[in-house]
Amino acid sequence: MKVRYFAWVRERVGKTEEDIDPPAGVATIGDLVDWLARQGEGYAYAFENPNVVRSAIDKRHVRSDARIAGASEIAFFPPMTGG
Amino acid sequence: MSVIVRLQREAFDAASEVAALKRSRTDIGAVVIFTGICRADEDGEPIAALNLEHYPDMAEAEIGRHIEAARQRWPLLGVTVIHRYGRIVPGEGIVLVVTASTHRQAAFAAAEFLMDYLKTRAPFWKQVEKPGGKTSDKIWVEARASDDTAAERWKSAPTKREPAN
Repeated sequence: MKVRYFAWVRERVGKTEEDIDPPAGVATIGDLVDWLARQGEGYAYAFENPNVVRSAIDKRHVRSDARIAGASEIAFFPPMTGG
Repeated sequence: MSVIVRLQREAFDAASEVAALKRSRTDIGAVVIFTGICRADEDGEPIAALNLEHYPDMAEAEIGRHIEAARQRWPLLGVTVIHRYGRIVPGEGIVLVVTASTHRQAAFAAAEFLMDYLKTRAPFWKQVEKPGGKTSDKIWVEARASDDTAAERWKSAPTKREPAN
């Protein structure tokens, strides 16, 4: 599945997007955040406070208990500051 | 209902957007225009510009979902939302919301509803560019709790329909 990062999450991870293949057992957004946070220093920094980072599955906001099975695009980003 | 959603780098002109919304129709009795403008300061510090990052497809979808929610709540005749991205200097518009209805209450309420949700749910992120232009002087704007509170209140508010007069 494709993962996209925005704003300071993107800067900390050091990528705008990537294709990932998380192991079986990574079932929810929360699981994915835990797994990503272990993929290197930048990831650990980006997800150091997982409650702050927001997420979307296929361009819709989701909470951390959302299941990722069947998702084609997952995004992580800070709280929004538009308008 | 006529709906226009545009995400663009270029500046917008509120008057021409209103004219486009009203063109060749006479059923509209009220138009509310909200323009969010880039200030020359952020948290009391001078700024050179704002740089807005966005998540293009999701921003458009999310704005569309909130317009649909507004349409179900109020008798609207037209909505135009334009949100800019990229570099915006003080004095320029960032976001435009135009709502049209038969009477003013629906237009006022829907414009406020849409802005409250745009602030907290539309995937845009502002970065402040300090005077001097050094990369180290770029700071992400932090989300405000007051914006979350403003959006939350619409969840508990009852659906309002427009009074007969």
